[in-house]
This record gives sequence, C-alpha cells and structure tokens, in this order.
Amino acid sequence: MDNKFEWVYSEKVKDHFMHPRNVLTDEAAYNADGRGIVGNIKCGDEMVVAIKVDKKKNTIAECKWKTYGCASAIASTSILSEIVVGKTLDQAYHLTAKDIAKELGGLPEHKIHCSVLGHKALRAAIEDYYTRNGMTNKVEEEKAHIICQCMNVTDIEIEEAVLEGARTYLELQEHTKLGTVCGQCKDKAIQMLEEYKKKHFSK
Amino acid sequence: MSKRKVYLDHNATTPLHPEVKKVMIEAMDAFGNPSSLHSFGRQARRLIDDARDKIGAFIGGKAEDIVFSGSGSEANNTVLNLLYCAARHCEAPHTKRHQIITSQIEHPCILEAAACLEERGIDVVYLPVHKTGKIDMDKYSSVISDKTALVTVMMANNEIGTIQDIKEIGRIAHKHGAMFHTDAIQAVGKIPVNVHELGVDYLSLSAHKIYGPKGVGALYVSPGVPFCPFIRGGHQERGRRAGTENTIGIAGFGKAIEMRVTEMGPEAKRLSSLKAKLKAGIEKNIPNIQFNGHPIDSLPGTLNVSFFGAEGEAILLYLDLEGIAVSTGSACASGSLDPSHVLIAAGLPAEEAHGSIRISMGRDNTEEDIGYTVEKIALVIDKIRKMSTVR
Ligand code: FES
Repeated sequence: MDNKFEWVYSEKVKDHFMHPRNVLTDEAAYNADGRGIVGNIKCGDEMVVAIKVDKKKNTIAECKWKTYGCASAIASTSILSEIVVGKTLDQAYHLTAKDIAKELGGLPEHKIHCSVLGHKALRAAIEDYYTRNGMTNKVEEEKAHIICQCMNVTDIEIEEAVLEGARTYLELQEHTKLGTVCGQCKDKAIQMLEEYKKKHFSK
Repeated sequence: MSKRKVYLDHNATTPLHPEVKKVMIEAMDAFGNPSSLHSFGRQARRLIDDARDKIGAFIGGKAEDIVFSGSGSEANNTVLNLLYCAARHCEAPHTKRHQIITSQIEHPCILEAAACLEERGIDVVYLPVHKTGKIDMDKYSSVISDKTALVTVMMANNEIGTIQDIKEIGRIAHKHGAMFHTDAIQAVGKIPVNVHELGVDYLSLSAHKIYGPKGVGALYVSPGVPFCPFIRGGHQERGRRAGTENTIGIAGFGKAIEMRVTEMGPEAKRLSSLKAKLKAGIEKNIPNIQFNGHPIDSLPGTLNVSFFGAEGEAILLYLDLEGIAVSTGSACASGSLDPSHVLIAAGLPAEEAHGSIRISMGRDNTEEDIGYTVEKIALVIDKIRKMSTVR
C-alpha cells in the first residue's frame, strides 16, 4: 500500500517537512540582525524568522526559523529560509505567498495561508532590521499591520476589501476570512471597517 | 518498503472482519430485489430479515424495531427531523413542543441537523460538558421542561471516548414527557448497549465502526413512538425508509453484529489493557502532555492526548510517514483551522486543542503495535518541539 497512494502534498513539501532546513535551534545564542514573529498558537500557527544581513551588499546572508504549525507551515518556512539567502532585502520583502507556494510545487488552496504566514514573519524580520538600523522611513512605507492573527489579515487587506465592496462585518469576512478562527479580532476589524468606509465613502 | 503499518483510527472506520467479507461475497449472488415475491427476491429478503433479527437481538429490541438506513448520519438526521416533519401527507407536526436538547459535543450530523431546525424556529439547547466530557446534568435539569420535544445525546464520544450516563439522561427526558434519542454509533459493539435498560425511544447505529461495511446504518425505533420517514417513495422498511435495501451491506452488518456477540467482551478487555500500556508509555516518555476525556467512563480503545507545543496535523503526518495512522480533531487538514469543537467544549484552551491527536485501537492491534507507536510518537513530538515556537 506504500507507494500507490499519494501523499496529500507535493514531493517538495514532503521533503521539506521531513527534513526541515535552517531550523533555529538555539535562539538565545543566535545573533540575529532582525527577528520577526507572527501568528499565535491559539490560532494554530506561529512562526519566528531570524535573519543575518550582509550589510555591504544589503542582502540576506542567513535565514533561520521556528514554526508551530501544520505540515505546509513547516515546509513553507523551511523553503523560504533557503530561497531568500542572497536576495536583497528589498527582493526578499516583496516575495509573495504565491512565490513560496510555487517553489513548493503548489499547495492546496486552503493551505496558502500557511505560506502567507512564513513570508509575513520574514517581512517582520526585515522591518525589525530596518528599525534597529535607523531606517525607519523604509518601515513606514512598507508596514502593514496584521489585524486577524489567525487568518493573517492586514489593515491593507481590510481596506482593499472595503474598496471592493465589503460594507458589513459578514461581507468583510467573506472577502478576507478574517475572524473565522478565534474571533479575537472582531472588535478591531469592525472599527477599521467603519474607518475605511468613512475614509472612502462618506461625503 | 517493509515498514510496519499500524492502524489506530478505528473510530473513523474499521477494516472489514474477514467473516463479514465472506458473508458479503456470498450475498453478492443474492441479486434479487428484496421486495419481489419470486424466489430471487425471497432469497435477498431472507438475508435482510436475518440481519434484522441479529441486530434487534443484539441491542435488546425486536427485529421489527430496526429500520435500516444508508448511514449512521442518516439515522441521526431521521430522528431530528421526524418530530417536526412538515410534509403535507404526514400528520405532522407530531408535537406542539418546540424545544430540542442536545449537547455541544455531538457529531456534526446531529449539530447541523439541529441548526437546520433552529432556522425553522425550533429552540435548540446545546448542553455544555465538564472537563471529562460528561454532560452538565445541572444545566440539563434546569432547561428541560414540558416544552421539550426531544433530547438527543450521544452515548460515547467519537473524539474523546467519554461515555454518558444515558439511562439517567433518558429518565429525566421521559419525566418531562420528551422523546429520547441516543447516537450510539461509537458505542454499539464496543460496550454493552441495551435499549430497554437504557430506556431510549430511538437509537442510531452504524456497521462500519464495528468491522462491517460502509454505507449501512440502522435506527432502532421503540414501538409506538412517533415516526416519519426521512426518505419517501416506497414501502420498504414497512414504509419507514424508502429505497431498495442494500442487501450486501445489510448482510454484512448482520454478520458484523453476530461476530460482536462473542468478540466484544474479550476485545474490550484487551483494548483496555493496550490503552493502559499506551497511556503509561506516553506518560513515561513524553513530558508536557495531557490526556483528554473521562479517565474511567471511556471507550476501551479510544485515547485522546494533547502534546503542548506540537500541532496536530504535523503529528499526524509525521506518524503517517512512520506507517502509523491516527487522527486529529483539529480540522487544519480539511481546510479550516478550527480546533475540535469537542475539546473546546471540554474546556481545553485552543492551543492545547490544536496539539491533540486521537488514537483509536481495534481488534487487530497488538502489544508490539503499541510499543512501536510509543517509540515513534516520542521521536516525532521531540522533532516537532525542537522546531516549534513553543517549547
Ligand atoms: S485573530 Fe483569531 S480569528 Fe482573527
């Protein structure tokens, strides 16, 4: 029965899941130039990404991580830690969830959020590096705030959803899936929804 | 690969018992329509009647009280719908009462059928449970009244194995004139179930949880209680469930029950001791864990355990790579991140519920299986925790 039945994920996911690369085993001893943490174990996913930066070239020299999460969360953070090395901070920052999923040979659609989480942690790490090195102007222009930890929905996405026509909390949920796990973000999301409605649609 | 295969997901479904398989293969030749009067039909009818006798007797009822269905879920849905059936040709509704009482830890087929009735204006109370998974009886007593039409509480929980005090729950239901149903799908064939002793009006059961085939369930309907078919269009099952009977499946169901008569007792004993070994092994080798469910009133082969700092789907898939099949209540694998509603209802914080797996043993599992499983789980948990953000 062994080989006839495909694994739920691609071979690449399986490989990274079985042999995760660049795990951050001793965080205390690791001298990171930037560190980002996203997610929440209550939601079922939490990731830490730590980077070392080649300051001359402005590229990522090393990327280490820790993940509490499912197989695709583990695999996507693992592959991310490989593909970002040598990329400029700017390139790394602008990697998308799609890029990561593609590297993995595809993820089931409902698992895309797991790869979103990995690259959000990386972004947070890069922002942390900018902040530590007095480049706050770069942070300002790039920072999105995660409002729903569980589904990784940012203020920017909420704004987009409003612009696409979401007017009620339910419609916002349909667009973004926010608030569908622990529900902690509901009040904040409703408040933002109202703000964006006002910003874009009030006379 | 000659890797060991250990199936520990019997609450999801069981392998066919070899004796059941034999009977089903023979039944394949009885192709006649059981409703036909000629000899071909009568041959098929005999197989069905025979199974009905065995199933009725096994749970202490009569053959004619058994209605076959396409699944356990169908049996459950039938009960939830029958009291409020609004079909024109039915003398519905059977009751002026408009409340249903159930629990927060029922199977989704009960919860969703109840939610559907709620939309039609029926009041549904979802009873909370204690940490062990037992129904909060104080709450139950305080909400039940002469408005309650039906109480439906599962006998044994599929995820944590907790067994409810069905007799007492039924007694209280009847005291208030309510009908009483139990979803006994995880209980029948694993622990003694007797409809008279329990005092149930309706009881659901299913074949594939006890080494029978998939696609066949049954509903016990106590004589004289209201009934309304869920599937209409034929006189099969004495008008209580239309559709040509699944002769092969039903024959297999009957044989599965027959095997339970002799195998259930010794198997329960054996599984209890395997479970004790499994528990002790996990406890000894893995720190930071918690067993869920009731410590004593629990299915003999079911063990639910939370591993702090490790996520359920990851545990499941690493174990799968070692040839071990378990399941997780968290639905991450199926597309939502919701932790198990049962564990949440039992008061587990979300982070613990996410890190839980269910190990459900069955007739083929051996002590070697359990030793192997403990060894692998320890390795897997250690591996996951090493890369986890939570230690
Ligand atoms: S933060 Fe949990 S659902 Fe949004």
